[in-house]
Amino acid sequence: MIAFLIKRLVQAVVVMFVISLISFSIQDNLGDPLRELVGQSVSEEERQALRDEMGLNDPFLVQYARFASNALQGDLGTSYFFKEPALEVILKKLPATLELVFGATLIIVCVSVPLGVYSAINPQSLFSRAVMGMSIVGISIPVFLTAIGLIYLFSIELGWMPSYGRGETMTVLGGWDTGFTTGDGLAHLVLPCFTLASIMLPLFIRLIRAEMMEVLQSEYVRFAWAKGLKARRIYFLHALKNTMLPVITVGGVQIGTMVAYTILTETVFQWPGMGFLFLEAVNRVDTPLIVAYLIVVGAIFVITNTIVDLIYGLVNPTVKLAGKK
Amino acid sequence: MTTLLEVKNLEVRFGLRSGEVKALRNINFTLERGERLGLVGESGAGKSVLGFSILNLISKPGYIADGEVLFEGRNLADLSAEELRNIRGNRISMIFQDPMMTLNPVLTIGEQMIECLMTHRKISKQDARTIALQKLQQVYIPSPEARLDQYPHELSGGMRQRVVIAIGLLMDPDIIIADEPTTALDVTIQAEIMELMLELCERNNVALILITHDLGVVSQVTQKTIVMYAGRIIEQGPTKEIINDAQHPYTQGLMNALPQMAVPGQRLNQIPGSMPPLQRIPTGCAFNPRCGYVLEVCKHNMPEFTQSGGCQVACHMVAEMKREEQAARMQEV
Repeated sequence: MIAFLIKRLVQAVVVMFVISLISFSIQDNLGDPLRELVGQSVSEEERQALRDEMGLNDPFLVQYARFASNALQGDLGTSYFFKEPALEVILKKLPATLELVFGATLIIVCVSVPLGVYSAINPQSLFSRAVMGMSIVGISIPVFLTAIGLIYLFSIELGWMPSYGRGETMTVLGGWDTGFTTGDGLAHLVLPCFTLASIMLPLFIRLIRAEMMEVLQSEYVRFAWAKGLKARRIYFLHALKNTMLPVITVGGVQIGTMVAYTILTETVFQWPGMGFLFLEAVNRVDTPLIVAYLIVVGAIFVITNTIVDLIYGLVNPTVKLAGKK
Repeated sequence: MTTLLEVKNLEVRFGLRSGEVKALRNINFTLERGERLGLVGESGAGKSVLGFSILNLISKPGYIADGEVLFEGRNLADLSAEELRNIRGNRISMIFQDPMMTLNPVLTIGEQMIECLMTHRKISKQDARTIALQKLQQVYIPSPEARLDQYPHELSGGMRQRVVIAIGLLMDPDIIIADEPTTALDVTIQAEIMELMLELCERNNVALILITHDLGVVSQVTQKTIVMYAGRIIEQGPTKEIINDAQHPYTQGLMNALPQMAVPGQRLNQIPGSMPPLQRIPTGCAFNPRCGYVLEVCKHNMPEFTQSGGCQVACHMVAEMKREEQAARMQEV
């Protein structure tokens, strides 16, 4: 277990290095940050002096080395727009995004497992066919369309749900703004979470169904029937536990991907999270903020994958986490 | 006392997209308490389907189309799912072919044994564990206590098959159906496992249905043998008679195909051709295209069973010989 974590840590360092290199190198291609930073009235000489002062004229490797040594001390640069440390700006928005992802994950798990299992057990039933048909439709609809459709139906026509923002939030655990503890906050979470979940839901339903159907054909499930076990135990213990192994692996990667998808969802719902912030930063050519965002998202990816591997090791007895034996 | 198991006119069909296929036709046999029965035939003859259909565990789209499976007088094909579940693993248990695939990889040996006991009997987990431990000892598994908390992948193939056998014995069943229990194991282990099964069946007076294509095993373990071909029984009777004096040309072919029967340095004997797929079973006797003694009648009429010694044989040639014998005897008289 410890050995596994150390190995993972080393890998994470390598991954983070590559991510930082890539995200840092794109900043040269984002246009002139000075155009946003200073007004029209500043002369070319003054601009040149400012560039020198900010080190923008230094060779790439010198710039990167400076960036990396600062980054190791937790300084990812200062946002041009907010005039605050970029990392702080992002971390302030992190709770909103993570809650969105968490809510969407909860919906995905609660919906895809029962639907996937049911349609695997009764593949011929009308309901299963309907679920499969809907999932094809679901995969094909782009996120922003789902979002707009949901807003139109539930906010404008029915007036049940708020259409933008996080609503009322509470600060818990030393600085974490949560929308889960207030009714208003929860109401604001519903539509964005469903929108975000809608991207992955069809994939997971289909994945669980396909895996489950294969598992149900296996000899050990047949043997479980021959042992005279109750159907419920066979489906939900013998079959489901084996079904979930590949689903967990895919799920880990998809949670990371979902963080990236929040950019679209947050934009449509004016959700004050990292994705929304990132899009604003791109529009403002706020390079330090963009770089910091990419690095934070990279770190989230690495962390979720490590957690998923740990869970996988707990569920699957044939996996030895230490990597020996 | 009623017969333990009686199969009457059993017919199993598979509803395929291309049409219905009869996987088993006109199956009749009985099994008495403590009796050991061998089911032999080539791959695809319907042995496994027969084994599974006794517990109504045929995989879809297979189903029992006709006939009865009477277990202590009750027709298993008519029972509700719940009644049948109470018999499976309890009164009749099964041992599968490949121990690598039979045990659930994500549950411990103990969990897989205890769940079976607790489903069929109202006992505490602790008592169930004690029984599981006893059964593991009965199948001679070293350090059984430790095995209970191990996962299947931590055991060798032979060990796993012992575990599967122990699971089969958990409820002290009346019948064990063993579907090629040694095929997936290496030869030295095969003999050990077979010996173990024989010993356990004898000691506990359990009836055994042994599905195999190993005639050597059949001759050592069973008292009665059924030979199947293309979904039908073609010969059944006491194992000794069938091994020593096979009547049906197919059974003779199987016996001759044993490596022991070949002359060293010569090619092994084999039955020419292969078994027809179930969709294209020839008319008349299904074996006629491969039979060395084929008569004209074999190509048109399905042979009825003829009594020959203790055996019943479905063969026109055997019937013909019997008729001639009888005619000769009549003339003497």
